[in-house]
Amino acid sequence: MTQQEDTLGGAATRPPADNGAFLQVRELRVHFPTDDGVVRSVDDLSFSVARGKTLGIVGESGSGKSVTSLSIMGLHKKGTAKITGEILLDGQNLVGMAPDRVRQLRGKRMAMIFQDPLSAMHPFYTVGSQIIEAYRIHNKVTKAVARKHAIDLLDRVGIPNPKSRVDDYPHQFSGGMRQRAMIAMALSCDPDLLIADEPTTALDVTVQAQILDLIRDLQAEFNSAVVIITHDLGVVAELADDIMVMYAGRAVEYSSAADIFNSPQHPYTWGLLGSMPRLDRERTERLQPIKGTPPSLINVPEGCPFNPRCAYAGTNGDLSFTVRPEFRDVGGGHHIACHLEAQDRQRIWETEIRPKL
Amino acid sequence: MSTKTETAAADRRLGEDLLVATDLQKHFPIRRGLLQRQVGAVQAVDGLTFSVKRGETLSLVGESGCGKTTTGRLLTRLIEPTGGKITLDGRDITHLSAGAMRPLRRDIQMIFQDPYGSLNPRHTVGAIIGAPFRLQKVKTEHGVKRAVQELLELVGLSPEHYNRYPHEFSGGQRQRIGIARTLALRPKVIVADEPVSALDVSIQAQVVNLMEDLQNEFDLTYVIIAHDLSVVRHVSDRVAVMYLGKIMELADRTSLYERPMHPYTVALLSAVPIPDTARRDNRERIRLSGDVPSPINPPSGCRFHTRCWKAQEVCKTTEPPLAELAPGHQAACHFPENTTKLTIDPTGSAA
Amino acid sequence: MITYIIRRLFAAIVLLFVVSAVTFAIFFLMPKLVGASPETLATRYVGRAATADTVRETAERLGFYDPIYVQYWDWAKGIFVGADYSYGTGVEHCPAPCLGYSFRNNQPVFPDLMDRLPVTMSLAVGAAVLWLLGGVAVGTLSALRKGTIFDRAAMSISLAGVSLPIFFTGLLSLSIFSYGLGWTAVGGSYVPFLDNPGEWAYNLLLPWITLALLFSAQYARLTRAGMLETMNEDFIRTARAKGLTERTVVVRHGLRGALTPILTIFGLDVGLLLGGAILTESAFSLQGLGKYAIDGITNYDLPKVMGVTILAAFFVVLANLVVDLLYAVVDPRVRAK
Repeated sequence: MTQQEDTLGGAATRPPADNGAFLQVRELRVHFPTDDGVVRSVDDLSFSVARGKTLGIVGESGSGKSVTSLSIMGLHKKGTAKITGEILLDGQNLVGMAPDRVRQLRGKRMAMIFQDPLSAMHPFYTVGSQIIEAYRIHNKVTKAVARKHAIDLLDRVGIPNPKSRVDDYPHQFSGGMRQRAMIAMALSCDPDLLIADEPTTALDVTVQAQILDLIRDLQAEFNSAVVIITHDLGVVAELADDIMVMYAGRAVEYSSAADIFNSPQHPYTWGLLGSMPRLDRERTERLQPIKGTPPSLINVPEGCPFNPRCAYAGTNGDLSFTVRPEFRDVGGGHHIACHLEAQDRQRIWETEIRPKL
Repeated sequence: MSTKTETAAADRRLGEDLLVATDLQKHFPIRRGLLQRQVGAVQAVDGLTFSVKRGETLSLVGESGCGKTTTGRLLTRLIEPTGGKITLDGRDITHLSAGAMRPLRRDIQMIFQDPYGSLNPRHTVGAIIGAPFRLQKVKTEHGVKRAVQELLELVGLSPEHYNRYPHEFSGGQRQRIGIARTLALRPKVIVADEPVSALDVSIQAQVVNLMEDLQNEFDLTYVIIAHDLSVVRHVSDRVAVMYLGKIMELADRTSLYERPMHPYTVALLSAVPIPDTARRDNRERIRLSGDVPSPINPPSGCRFHTRCWKAQEVCKTTEPPLAELAPGHQAACHFPENTTKLTIDPTGSAA
Repeated sequence: MITYIIRRLFAAIVLLFVVSAVTFAIFFLMPKLVGASPETLATRYVGRAATADTVRETAERLGFYDPIYVQYWDWAKGIFVGADYSYGTGVEHCPAPCLGYSFRNNQPVFPDLMDRLPVTMSLAVGAAVLWLLGGVAVGTLSALRKGTIFDRAAMSISLAGVSLPIFFTGLLSLSIFSYGLGWTAVGGSYVPFLDNPGEWAYNLLLPWITLALLFSAQYARLTRAGMLETMNEDFIRTARAKGLTERTVVVRHGLRGALTPILTIFGLDVGLLLGGAILTESAFSLQGLGKYAIDGITNYDLPKVMGVTILAAFFVVLANLVVDLLYAVVDPRVRAK
């Protein structure tokens, strides 16, 4: 597979520097100054997503995955976040762009689906009127035309009887239907980029499967770039072409989905895999949790941010405690930020981690 | 049906029945109209029969609205059953008053999902964990403080945390505090309602392991209520799959996950996303359409028939009884999977 | 929905009964408890040099010898069927709804109330419009500019507005704007709206502003709190994610969500004020219901007091009902129940 020696320099750096990609994020930093200090929610993050491709961003709470998506959409409250770096949407840099121009792109060229469809829809307006509103901001059409469009969309996302359901209020929909309606709303202007932030976390497992199928089908149909943000490795395994694992505001591992699951190279990814019981394997006697808790984003540990929780910190001298590991390509576009030597990573994965999963 | 003695003998590790629910029911009335007459009821729990054996972990799993949380609250008698019977260690606790229940609260304790909401923010950790001692007027050998500090160490916190407040802790640590509180009186049974679902993946594993360690150390019996089928498989000895207030299937862990009989269980297992990209395309999927129907007007006959791909006419009219189709494996289905048995017992076992 | 309204109406009637009974009891029972007899009660309503016979006669005429429940029953019956009052010389019929005759000047209460209602209504409605618009606008801006100078200034002023009593602000503004600068009318005059709308507004402007200031402060604070909460809701983020302009997000999605609780308080406040704004009416010498109530109280004139009380309670109950129905209009989730 991709178990090659580290190649220095940017030979085949597929994921982070794909210049043709529809969405390119480069050295993104999102910092929130607070009374207690600067919260470094996202620190030096680079990735890209092409049309028709899906990137899964995986991380725990506080890893910066949601902050990243809100930065792309320009949804941080003005004045609260300090954003630097580049977010290129079809070549246009969104960082520093006039807020009103970003607004015109929102909903039209990039759209978002949120975690909890009940709270994400306005309780006082009908589902239809909320979709119509989304369509009419960016398309100068009559209400009747927009309504027809809304009904078509509801039909497309699998709402039965859309002609009458279009006039229902969100509370009259079930959880799964609401998420379908949210998707219809997001797709109303045929966006080129769709960001789904924990789209199935609030749903039951049978409904989750339906929604994941729907997202997959719609992507094939609309050929949009999709970013799916989740804490659930199972969900990204279903959908993602590439996966980026985030920890403490940084990417720690980034590669194709197959690489992440078949030959993960970062101890944090190992930890995530060891923490989750899996239905597709023999039941293990014991889960292999990551010790400790995620760090404060105000006082990110020196050296590797993961070092206090890493079982292998210190394997390579005291680099883990003093030097921030560079996020680099270790072969075939597989990026990691870890001080472990290639042979150590290989050995630990083969002998210590994989057998216990 | 098949021999009960056989199953009991087959598994000696599990002791006798500790907590038994018989035809347990909970209906929440719906009132309407001028005089607020009862016009219907949410049949949250509708006739559950199961037992929890000493030292085992029984999980109740199902989607929202299946009644698993209500069941947990019934077992701990936080709410009053509408019908049926609950016995704890041979004693009928079905309709005990709050006062009569109090001494028994030492034996049965509950862990809640939300580690934020279930701890009083104005009390110190010491006061929270020490409360059960004070409320139950339990004498401790070296004083309450010492006992609390021992509990803190037991759940992996530092004794120095005694004087801190809940907000100073992370989600996982708060769940540990919650566990320490339930452990204070050395209960026999702990009912845990989604104990890890609000926690991050890496923290989930820590808490799961902690609960297992404590079970071994104190011979605890767990009733775990959860929706995550992977976690449930990891922690349970036996699993009950619930749907719309009924048990659809109840079996020991291995046979439930390897040979699920009820179509609903099959569909649930098939819907769980597998963290393996290789399985993405060649996986056999069973997709249920639609959502769970309302428990106010549950479907006739088998409650699952509206979403079941195997449903026939009989499923709409006749409710299949929960029957033992293999040793230790009960399912309520007219057309079960993974069984050599006849689909419907011709001798008429409709209990 | 219909059954809901019927149930609410029924509750409203019960409430009106309780309010009137309690008021009645306070007025009659209290003096009795401290040892007053029907005669001593009646002496208040006759001349200084009245004979014992006159006093007895008056007590008899006013029904003071009857047990209290009979007195209450007579009073309550009048509302539905009217009542007859004898003067010694003749009998006068008071048509339903009869709220009795003043003990002092023998004038029927109900027509008096109807005379004064327009004054109070004009005052209340005008002020309500002002404070609702002002309070909500200031509150919204404060919420959107939380922590800025504007926010702090607005909140400080609103704190002052809540704290300062109307007889202070009212008299102060009268002395400045009416007597000092001559911009507004001096108190005490009221011109019906239908006679001359311009005059009507000119005369009421200062009372409106004074009264509105008191209330708008509270509304500004409520709106601010409501907006701060609503603007953090997920659906606001969704609205922004659609690409709506900030103005649409704030007005269509934010305010619409934040205004529901304000609606409740607004209904109650207007209902309460329709029963008479005692302090404002006194400060500006407006002959409204509040002033009428004061007259009644200071003169021990039970029918007047009962009349205003019952009318005020009626408005409050009515306002509550309207608010609840409006809730169903505003929030579709309420409609479902």
